[in-house]
Amino acid sequence: MRTDRGARARWLAVDLLVALYVLIPVLWIVSLSFKHPSTFGDGSFIPRRWTLENYAGIFDNPDFTRGLINSIGIGLIATLIAIVFGTMAAYAIARLDFPGKNTLVAVSLLVAMFPQISLVSPLFQIERALGLFDTWPGLIIPYITFALPLTIFTLSSFLREIPWELEQAAKMDGATPFQAFWQVIAPLAMPGMVTTAILTFIFCWNDFLFAISLTSSNRARTAPATISFFTGSTQFEDPAGSIAAAAVIVTIPIIIFVLFFQRRIVSGLTSGAVKG
Amino acid sequence: MSTRAPARHARRRISEEKTAQRRLALWLCAPAALIMLLVTGWPILYAVLLSLQRYDLRFPDERAWVGLSNYAAVLTDPFWWNAFWVTVVITVISVAIELVLGMLLALAMYRTLIGRGVIRTLVLIPYGIVTVVAAYGWRYAWTPGTGWLAGALPPGSAPLTEKIPGVAIIILAEVWKTTPFMALLLMAGLALVPDDLLKAASMDGATAWQRFWQVTLPLMRPAILVALLFRTLDAFRIFDNIYVLTGGAADTGSVSLLAYRNLIGGLNLGIGSTMSVLIFLTVAAISVLFIRAFGISAPGTQGERR
Amino acid sequence: MAEIVLDKVTKRYGDTVAVAEFSLHIADGEFIILVGPSGSGKSTVLNMIAGLEDITEGELRIDGERVNERAPRDRDIAMIFQSYALYPHMTVAQNIGFPLKLAGLDKAAIAEKVEHAARLLGLTPYLDRKPAQLSGGQRQRVAMGRAIVRSPKAFLMDEPLSNLDAKLRVQMRTTISRLQKDLGTTTVYVTHDQVEAMTLGDRIVIMRDGVIQQVGTPQELYDRPRNLFVAGFIGSPPMNFLPGELTVDGVRTPLGTIPLGSQMPRGTVEPRRVILGIRPEAFEDAELMRDREPGVFYTGTVDIVESLGAEKIAFFDLGAVEAVRSEHLEALSRDRGTQDMAAESAQLTVRLDAKSKAAEGRPLKVWFSPESVYLFDPDSGATLTEHVVAG
Repeated sequence: MRTDRGARARWLAVDLLVALYVLIPVLWIVSLSFKHPSTFGDGSFIPRRWTLENYAGIFDNPDFTRGLINSIGIGLIATLIAIVFGTMAAYAIARLDFPGKNTLVAVSLLVAMFPQISLVSPLFQIERALGLFDTWPGLIIPYITFALPLTIFTLSSFLREIPWELEQAAKMDGATPFQAFWQVIAPLAMPGMVTTAILTFIFCWNDFLFAISLTSSNRARTAPATISFFTGSTQFEDPAGSIAAAAVIVTIPIIIFVLFFQRRIVSGLTSGAVKG
Repeated sequence: MSTRAPARHARRRISEEKTAQRRLALWLCAPAALIMLLVTGWPILYAVLLSLQRYDLRFPDERAWVGLSNYAAVLTDPFWWNAFWVTVVITVISVAIELVLGMLLALAMYRTLIGRGVIRTLVLIPYGIVTVVAAYGWRYAWTPGTGWLAGALPPGSAPLTEKIPGVAIIILAEVWKTTPFMALLLMAGLALVPDDLLKAASMDGATAWQRFWQVTLPLMRPAILVALLFRTLDAFRIFDNIYVLTGGAADTGSVSLLAYRNLIGGLNLGIGSTMSVLIFLTVAAISVLFIRAFGISAPGTQGERR
Repeated sequence: MAEIVLDKVTKRYGDTVAVAEFSLHIADGEFIILVGPSGSGKSTVLNMIAGLEDITEGELRIDGERVNERAPRDRDIAMIFQSYALYPHMTVAQNIGFPLKLAGLDKAAIAEKVEHAARLLGLTPYLDRKPAQLSGGQRQRVAMGRAIVRSPKAFLMDEPLSNLDAKLRVQMRTTISRLQKDLGTTTVYVTHDQVEAMTLGDRIVIMRDGVIQQVGTPQELYDRPRNLFVAGFIGSPPMNFLPGELTVDGVRTPLGTIPLGSQMPRGTVEPRRVILGIRPEAFEDAELMRDREPGVFYTGTVDIVESLGAEKIAFFDLGAVEAVRSEHLEALSRDRGTQDMAAESAQLTVRLDAKSKAAEGRPLKVWFSPESVYLFDPDSGATLTEHVVAG
């Protein structure tokens, strides 16, 4: 009994340590976002004078609201397309026997490891030539590309967990290969697809390099890029308050995902990499 | 008749079902494969072409084929080498710290008796948070005058404007954000170690320390190597953190940042593309090295050892 | 309802032959069992009939029509899988109705047929449950329901009872048997359990290494095994095998010289080596016999006695006699996982009446008739004796 209580106390301390590790930097930004400009320079962890001014300010800023819309729209569209194409490919990899399967896996792996910066100059040129520069599709296309390996790996490992015999059973029950997929495999793959969709959306939401390289105005600039272009209204005014408030807003969707889908995110992140 | 029989046999051997399967596979893979090839394959070739030209958007008339002279220019440029070594240092140190810290975190998440769900949820926050957002948090924390951490430093110091403190803060931000990802990958590796094996080891007289080093770690080897590979390549591409934290001031820029500055800031497509190609080659070399040295097989392929 | 004909059907994976020239004529309404140790190719045959695996060579005909190239859905055959393969996201009713839905039946017709199948299998109270909420036996019945609901031409069953516990297995065995009789649907059933094979099938096909060893009714296989492998496979406990020598005046064996029975080949002048086979149930406790029938008596020290209530099984260790070794028997012990445990010396198993006083460590006198002895060629494994079917 005593050792048990000791162990619990030790684990409580460990948990607390982890919680501090995670939360302090986050709380600092939150605190900053509530600080009144006059107390900005006090270096205190907790605001001395609370205000909502910073939040009011950024929502009055059309660049930021436009950035949020861009982020949400581009993220959702890219996620949707990546999931559809990724599921198709993952199904083929997990279930079907065809020549070129290993090549496809190798190509996806290559893309997953690809340094994005290497694509900035050619994409910059190509998109300008095609009129895609500074448009939604101009960002959606590279996002899909870099999300595809993630979706293919994660989904194919999810799909592999579905027992093979179900597909054979469906065929014996009179299903075409497509019906076997759509009526038996797809519903079972749904949880894996939701998980993968969340991971993909987080990836798109997080991108910065493409967002600042392939845009030049608020037409397509996403929220993280918008934040980095914040300036004070005058040369001497520090935009820190607005940046902090915007940072908090951008973080809220992530917190919601994490709270509601913790288990799924963990299984999704680890399935592709370890189980194979 | 007798000569035609074998041919007919061969054709029939691949039945309707099998052909249908192949056709289906082709159609299912085509969109994903096409997108990946079109958006990475063609551009990287295009980047190679750009790197062989003198091409500065500010002086478009001077565009010309110059062979490998861009490469000569970049490879003799002290800025490039400084960025290269800064990137290497950031990569090596942050991945090393992440491995140790990630392992501790993984053990904590895997073994903790209380609040397992809570701790696993918390740990996802740094993973999910936008890198740029977290970077701003660190930047203001270390900015003299506004930061709560800057106050702990001797007065007059501005860590983000000095090389070594600047790199240290970049590593801190990188480690904070990506350790949870490492920890999750390692935790999945821990789950692959059968509990009975650890019990057997302790029956055989192994201490907790010995159990970890002699049973757990060897069995986790594949998971550790995959995590290391992913993180190394990811760290080598570091851009967002540096862009926000120091902006590359005081020689703290990475290769990605340097290439970006040349491309988007300087509009020098020739030099920028040369750097892009060099970064691509370095990343490819790192992958080959990992795969050769440790025999990591790609996730998703068959014949993976467990 | 269909007649299924396999004409020299062969399956090759690269250079390995999984099934070699398998020819079988399955009559309409027949219940055929494919049985054999693991790796004998029985499941491959089933999958080829189903269309889940390609046929390398030969022809498969259903009702006289070649179906080699037809997809499973176009063969109108239902299959029951070892794991049942129930769709976890569908209810019992949806599972059973799935083939009908794929066939494009309207909802009312589906509901009616599902209702009927469920009643037949006692599943009516569970129609709205998901497979995860069912017991093993119930899941098995759902799998059967899904098979019977569309009245297919034939049923294929791949070890459908192997995931059930012993008691339920016996119960489901009779259910399947009755259902098949009532529906009269041609059925091909794969198992590695010879008891299941004996009790269920009209005819049994015994396979080994992809080759048919013997086809026949259960009684035929029991009474007249064509070779050593079949003799060793059918019967429980398995037949005793002892080395022997066939001479003009009888068979010299470790149990004494056995006079030539009517079934035996006449001894030649040159004595030849044979393998002697006697089923455990051919023995009787000499003490319990009222009248002295002509036969052979053997007295030995009992090693172990297993008392099963209704009967006793006694084991003799024949000491100096070397156990029979044959490649034909090895496949069997490999499947039972006992190849490393094979005793150096020969064993004799006898199955006695419960009244027998057999006791461990005590001598026991047993009797058997020379007519019940089988002889096998040690090299080819072929049966040398010619038995008349009992009854």
